[in-house]
Amino acid sequence: MSEWNSIAVRQEGAVGIIELARPHVLNALSRQMVAEIVAAVEAFDRDETVRVIVLTGRGRAFAAGADIQEMADDDPIRLEWLNQFADWDRLSIVKTPMIAAVNGLALGGGFELALSCDLIVASSAAEFGFPEVNLGVMPGAGGTQRLTKLIGPKRALEWLWTGARMSAKEAEQLGIVNRVVSPELLMEETMRLAGRLAEQPPLALRLIKEAVQKAVDYPLYEGMQFERKNFYLLFASEDQKEGMAAFLEKRKPRFQGK
Amino acid sequence: MYETIRYEVKGQVAWLTLNRPDQLNAFTEQMNAEVTKALKQAGADPNVRCMVITGAGRAFCAGEDLSGVTEEMNHGDVLRTRYAPMMKALHRFEKPVVAAVNGAAAGAGMSLALACDFRLLSEKASFAPAFIHVGLVPDAGHLYYLPRLVGRAKALELAVLGDKISAEQAASLGLATKVIPLSEWEEGVKQFAERLAAMPTKAIGLIKRLLREGEETTFDRYLEREAECQRIAGMTADHREGVKAFFEKRKPLFRGN
Repeated sequence: MSEWNSIAVRQEGAVGIIELARPHVLNALSRQMVAEIVAAVEAFDRDETVRVIVLTGRGRAFAAGADIQEMADDDPIRLEWLNQFADWDRLSIVKTPMIAAVNGLALGGGFELALSCDLIVASSAAEFGFPEVNLGVMPGAGGTQRLTKLIGPKRALEWLWTGARMSAKEAEQLGIVNRVVSPELLMEETMRLAGRLAEQPPLALRLIKEAVQKAVDYPLYEGMQFERKNFYLLFASEDQKEGMAAFLEKRKPRFQGK
Repeated sequence: MYETIRYEVKGQVAWLTLNRPDQLNAFTEQMNAEVTKALKQAGADPNVRCMVITGAGRAFCAGEDLSGVTEEMNHGDVLRTRYAPMMKALHRFEKPVVAAVNGAAAGAGMSLALACDFRLLSEKASFAPAFIHVGLVPDAGHLYYLPRLVGRAKALELAVLGDKISAEQAASLGLATKVIPLSEWEEGVKQFAERLAAMPTKAIGLIKRLLREGEETTFDRYLEREAECQRIAGMTADHREGVKAFFEKRKPLFRGN
């Protein structure tokens, strides 16, 4: 897909940037928009020149939820056939590090999209929340699972039940957000972080990501075994040779993702 | 559009006048909401580079309208739903705000003045931290701001004894930026506001942001915030203009961005 309707895609150095670009509807996540986001993320994921993917929103929202109009008349049978959340599953198997740069409202699906990323940098003006309950439903793209794994069931339930909005600062205190920065510097600081990750050995980043994801899902013993295998695997890479040689020679390593 | 306040932008100054003079500009639910709305309006208006809050008639603001207080009233909810949004909007307002205290500022009216960046007091102005006389605690952010302005010991004294504070006493306590004689009141306020409106507005907003951060965070994080704010200020046209004017030995012309 090279024609994007609801997103803008660009690459700066080794960083692939996807901007949700329907500011007039606060970047409400229509099915088409989600499909485009996933397609763009996957294209970057296959591109060896892209080391980090950044997701952000244009205007005052990151993404203010799903497109309610689109789903107001849905029934369970249609939803089953649509299988729209399969797109979200594809996001969770992306190997490239993903950073959400949350510029404003991240509600419902918008919050889920941010949670699907590996790291979250938030503007101090950002707000997070799951308002689905106010519409008589609940999150459907991983919200109850991802939030609970991050902050525990008691705190997750309160946010999910009340639908209350959480400030960027609260999200940071809860460990949902990696850092909060001034709104004016959101992209600059996100790109600084992305640039730093882009310098790191990409294979190691990928296998670390995989192992951390397992840590969330696996019992400790199985997770340890998994970690060990990834550790061994990295010794097959040129970057391991280069990294250790550079360390011993007291110089800066040059990683190539090989 | 507004009924309990007047909101006018003159030049680059937004004037918010509490406008229920017959009730000494006491707060009602509507007035809380309108002040909040006006703050958001002024914050979003790029032409506004300073805000003045003052009162119509002889009082600045008499605080909560006691005629609305009933037996069944849940005072906590009144604060949560009416005052907290207003005080948060004022706390986060990133342009200079001047309280032009033209007369009595009592209760939450005093709190409103405390939350502003500058307090210009008319000779007739007075503060009345009167909450204690009706068996309540100072509210609307009162005890957050007061000790930061006068120190903890003095704050406790003022809040517990509840004595009326004259303009002169306010000045010696550090509660007034300055006291302006009656004959010069309107002109004095206007000049002060216009002076602020001609300054580097973005930098003033960032100074306010840093002071706020400093109250809420650790030193290391504060220093990171400081670096961020200086980075932002360093990108403003006003910074470039300031440096340029310095080397050209002329007065800078700041545009607020």
